[in-house]
Amino acid sequence: MKLIQEIRMALRLLARDFRSGELTLIAVAVMIAVAGVTTVGFFTDRVNLALNPQANQLLGADLVISNDRELPAAISDEAKRRQLNVTQMLRFPSMAQRGDKNVLADIKVVAKGYPLRGEVRIADKLYAEDRRAQGIPEPGFVWVDERILSQLSVTVGEKIVIGNRDLQIAAVMTQEPDAAVGFINAGPRVLLNADDLAATGLVQTGSRIRYRLQIAGVAEAVDEFREWLEGRLEPGQRIEGIRDARPEIRSALERAEKFLNIAALVSVLLAATAIALAARRFLQRHLDACAMMRCLGASQGQLMRLYFVHFTVLGLVASLIGCAIGAAAQQALAYWLGSLVAVDLPRASLQPLMQGLVTGMALLLSFALPPIIALGRVPTMRVLRRDLGAPGSRGAAGYALGYAVIAGMIFWKADDLRLGTFVVVGFSGAMLVAGLAAWALLKAIAGLRNAGVSWRFGVNNLRRRPLATVVQVIALGLGLMALLTLTLIRNDLLGAWQASLPPDAPNRFLVNIQDDQVAPLNRFFAQRKTAEPVMHPMIRGRLVQINGRGVTAADYADERAKRQIEREFNLSWAAKLPRDNRITAGEAWPETGAQPGQFSMEDGIAARLGVRLHDRLTFDIAGTPITATVTSLRKVDWDSFNVNFFLIAPPGLLEGQPVSYVTSFHLPPRNAEMLGALIQQFPNLLVIDVAQVMAQVQRMMTQVSKAIQFVFLFTLLAGLVVFYAAMASTQDERIQQAAVMRTLGASRAQLTRAHLAEFAVIGMLAGLIAAAGASGLGYVLAVKVLNLSYNWSPLAWLAGVGLGGAGIALAGYFGTRRVMATPPMRVLRELA
Amino acid sequence: MSGTPAIEISQLGKQVTTGSTALTILDGVSFSVTAGEAVAVVGASGSGKSTLLALMAGLDTPTSGKVAIAGQDLFALNEDGRAALRGRSMGFVFQSFQLLASMTALENVLVPLELAGVQGGREKATALLQRVGLSERLHHYPKQLSGGEQQRVAIARAFVTSPSILLADEPTGNLDAATGAQVIELMFELNRERNTTLVLVTHDEKLSARCTRVIRLAGGRLQA
Repeated sequence: MKLIQEIRMALRLLARDFRSGELTLIAVAVMIAVAGVTTVGFFTDRVNLALNPQANQLLGADLVISNDRELPAAISDEAKRRQLNVTQMLRFPSMAQRGDKNVLADIKVVAKGYPLRGEVRIADKLYAEDRRAQGIPEPGFVWVDERILSQLSVTVGEKIVIGNRDLQIAAVMTQEPDAAVGFINAGPRVLLNADDLAATGLVQTGSRIRYRLQIAGVAEAVDEFREWLEGRLEPGQRIEGIRDARPEIRSALERAEKFLNIAALVSVLLAATAIALAARRFLQRHLDACAMMRCLGASQGQLMRLYFVHFTVLGLVASLIGCAIGAAAQQALAYWLGSLVAVDLPRASLQPLMQGLVTGMALLLSFALPPIIALGRVPTMRVLRRDLGAPGSRGAAGYALGYAVIAGMIFWKADDLRLGTFVVVGFSGAMLVAGLAAWALLKAIAGLRNAGVSWRFGVNNLRRRPLATVVQVIALGLGLMALLTLTLIRNDLLGAWQASLPPDAPNRFLVNIQDDQVAPLNRFFAQRKTAEPVMHPMIRGRLVQINGRGVTAADYADERAKRQIEREFNLSWAAKLPRDNRITAGEAWPETGAQPGQFSMEDGIAARLGVRLHDRLTFDIAGTPITATVTSLRKVDWDSFNVNFFLIAPPGLLEGQPVSYVTSFHLPPRNAEMLGALIQQFPNLLVIDVAQVMAQVQRMMTQVSKAIQFVFLFTLLAGLVVFYAAMASTQDERIQQAAVMRTLGASRAQLTRAHLAEFAVIGMLAGLIAAAGASGLGYVLAVKVLNLSYNWSPLAWLAGVGLGGAGIALAGYFGTRRVMATPPMRVLRELA
Repeated sequence: MSGTPAIEISQLGKQVTTGSTALTILDGVSFSVTAGEAVAVVGASGSGKSTLLALMAGLDTPTSGKVAIAGQDLFALNEDGRAALRGRSMGFVFQSFQLLASMTALENVLVPLELAGVQGGREKATALLQRVGLSERLHHYPKQLSGGEQQRVAIARAFVTSPSILLADEPTGNLDAATGAQVIELMFELNRERNTTLVLVTHDEKLSARCTRVIRLAGGRLQA
C-alpha cells in the first residue's frame, strides 16, 4: 500500500515538473539519443531480416557450388544419386545489342529446373501485371528485365543480339531469385536458355563466366551432401549455403552498420551531456522542496525512491517516443540505402525497440542518478539556511558510471575491441583537444574586454563559466563538424576526384579481346583515325601456393581476401611497368633482358593476402602451375581508369598460356556510331562505359553520404540540446542580470547585443573547432584513403565560423527572449 | 526648477489579479518629494512599500495614477525610455545588493556609466570605490566580498552617475547591526555631499529617524 502511495506521489511530482517545463530538455535529450540509435537499429534489423530467412530465395537453391571453371560432372552425379534436385546456371557479362544501341548486360544461362527455390515472375509487357513463370525461356527466346527494354528501346516480341545469336524477347522479368549480387547491382539482366549458349559463341578464353551448380532437396540430405562435398572441394570451388549466403554484402553491410551505429552513439554521448546538465539544474531547483519534505518527515530512502520512480517513468515514456521517431526515420535510411541492397526490406522486428529502451534508460539513469542521490541527502537545515547547498554530487566522479555505460555501448556496437578502443580513445582525445582549444580561445578573447559594455557583459558571462562554455562549444562544434564534413568537405573530395581525371582519360574499356582479334581491332581503330590503343595481355589464374605452401580461402578471415583466393586473378606481362604505378618495395625489372621468374604485385592485395617481397607465388593457369618470386610491390592509382593489374610478370613467364587482351580508349562524345560498328564487328567484346560506372559510384557515394548525413542530423540536434541545457542552467542568473541591467538604465537593444555577443562567440568558437575537425577529417580521407591532394577549403572555415556564429547567436537570442520580457521588479523581488 | 517637485505621485494604484481574485496593493497614493529631501517609506509587511518604490522607478507599471520625475510623466515613456531616464537620474540600493556576479567590483560600478555611453568612467568609478573604502577590493568579484562590502559597492554604483534621486529598498535588511550602521552612515554622507533626493523603504526605526520626512503606508493607502 505504502509503495503504491509512493508511486502515485512520484507520478504526481512528474506531472507537475513536466508541466513547469523542468523536464522538457531531459526528455528531448533522451528522445534524440533513442531516436538516433533506433533509426539505425530498425534499418539494420530490416536488412538482416531480408538477408536471413530469404537466403534460399536469394540463392535460388539450398546450396550453390560455384567456380570460374566448369564444375566436374561427379558433383552433380553424386547430388542426383542422393535424390537431390540439380540444375546448372552460368552467369557472365556480355553486350546486348539492337541496331546501334548496346548495353552491358548480365547474362544468366539457365537449364530445366531453374529456379529450385524462389520464383521468377514475368509480365507480357512493361508494367503489365506479372505472374509466376512456368519453366524457363524456350530456345531462341529470352526474358529480359525492364532496363534492357528501356536502354535498348525495344519491346516484348522484338529481337536483340547477344554474341552471334538473334534472340526474341518473350517476356519482361519482374522478379528473380539470386538477384542481389552486391552493392553495385550487376547490369540489366537477360535470362537465356542453356541450349542457345553455344550459338552465341561467347564462351571463349578469358570470358568471365561463373558456373553455379544449384542444389535443393530435403534439409538432411542437403546437409549430408554438403558434408560429403566439403572434403572434396578443389581450390576455387566454393559452397554457399543458406547460412553463408552473400558474405560480401553482409560484410559490407556490417561495416556500414558499425559506422552508422557509432555515428548514432556520438549523439548519445552529446545527449548524455545534455541530460547531466539538465539534471543538475533539476537538482538545484528541487533542493528546497526536498529539504522541506525531509523536515516534514520524509526519509532519505523515501525521497530517493520517489525520484527514482519519477525518472524511470520519464525515461520509459521519452524512450518510447524516441523509438517511435526512430521507426519513422528509418524509412529515410531504407530509401537511400535500401536500393543498394536490391531486396525488398521486410518489416523490422521488435529487437531495436528493446535496444532503444535500454539505451534511453541506461542513459537517463546513469546521468541522472548522481543528482537523485544528492537530492536524497539534502540537509534538513537548508530550510533555515539556504546557503547550505547540495551535498556534493562528487563532481566528475559521479558521472564515471555514465561514461562507463556509454563506453560500454560503443564497444557493444563496434563489436570489435580494436575499433571500440579506437573510437573511445580517439573520441575522448579529440574532445580533450577541442576542449583545450576552446579554453585557450576563450582566454584569448577575454583580452578584448574593453570593447564596450554589451560585449564585455556577454564575454564575461562566458569567462565566468568556463566549463559550461567549453562544454557548449564542444557539443555544438561536434554537431557542426558532422554537418561541414558531409556537405562542403564531401563536395570538395568529389570535385577533387573528378578533377584528377584528365578530360581525355580513357572512358571505355574493351575486355575479352581474343588473340586473333588484336590485328583486326588495330585496323578498326586505324581506319577511324583513332590512336591504336595499347593491348594488354590478360591471363586468368588462381593463386594456389605461397612459398610452396597451399593456400585456401579458409586461411583468411577477411571476406575480400577469401573471395580473391576463390576467384581467378588477372595476370599480365609487360616489359615495362605502367607509368602511373609507383614502386613501394623492391625494384622494377630492366626493360630488356629481365629474368622471367618475377612478379610485381599491387601492394594493397599483397597486404590483404599477407604476401611480402621475395615470397614465391604459384598460380594454377588452366591446369599448369607457374611459380615466380615477388620482386616488387606497386601502388596503383585505380581512379586513373587506366588498365591495371594486381600481378604483372616480365615477358617470358606467361606467354603460351590461354590469353585474351584488354585495352582502354577515349571515345569522343557524339561518336556512338563507332561503338555500334565495333560491337557489330566484334560481338564477343565487352565494352565497359567508365562514365556510367563513375556515375554509379557517385550515385552510391551520394546515397551513402545522405544516409550518414541523416544520422549526423541527430548529432547536430543533440548538440543543440546541450547548448540549450547549458543555457537553461544559467537562466536564473541571466534573468537576474538582465533585471539589474534594466534597473541601471540598460535599453533592450543593449541587452540584446550583450546576449548576441555571448552566443555569437560560442557559435564562432564552435564553428572554428568544427572547421578544424572537418578539414582534418577531409585531409585524412583525401590523402590517406583516396590518394588525392587535399586543398584546404577556406569555405569550410568561413561557413563554420559564419554559420556557427550567426546560427547560435540567433538560437541563443530566441532562447533568452523570456529574460527580456519580465518586468525587472518582479524578477528582483523573486530573487530577493 | 525649484517649483517642480523631484518626484510627484498622484492617485497611484496597483492591482494584481491572481486567479479570480483581484488584490489591491496600492490605492490612490499621492504625495510629492522636493529636491534634496530624504523620505522614509515605512509600513508593515505587505503594505505596498516596495511596490511604491518600484513604481517610482518605473520598474513596474501601475494600474492607475501617475508618477512624474522632475516633471516628466514616467509612464508616458516606453520601457526603453524609462530605462534611459533611470540611467540618467536615478540610483538604486537593494536589500540583496544585486551586484552582477560575472563582474568585478570596479566593473559593477562602471556598468551604469558604460550603459549611458560615458567616456573615461574608470577614474570616476575608482575614485568612488576609494571613497566607500574599497580601494583594495577593485578587482574582486562579488562572491569574494562580505555583505557590507557588497552593499558598499552597490552604493558606489548608485552614486557613480551622480543621480538626482537615490532609491533604496531595505538597504540594511541583509546586514548585521554594526555593518548596517556603517552603510547608513555612508549613504547619508554621500547624499549630503551630492545633494541627492533620497527615498528609502525601511523597517529600521533608526534609519527612518534620520530622514527629513516619514511616509506611512497601511493596506496600500497613505496614513496621515
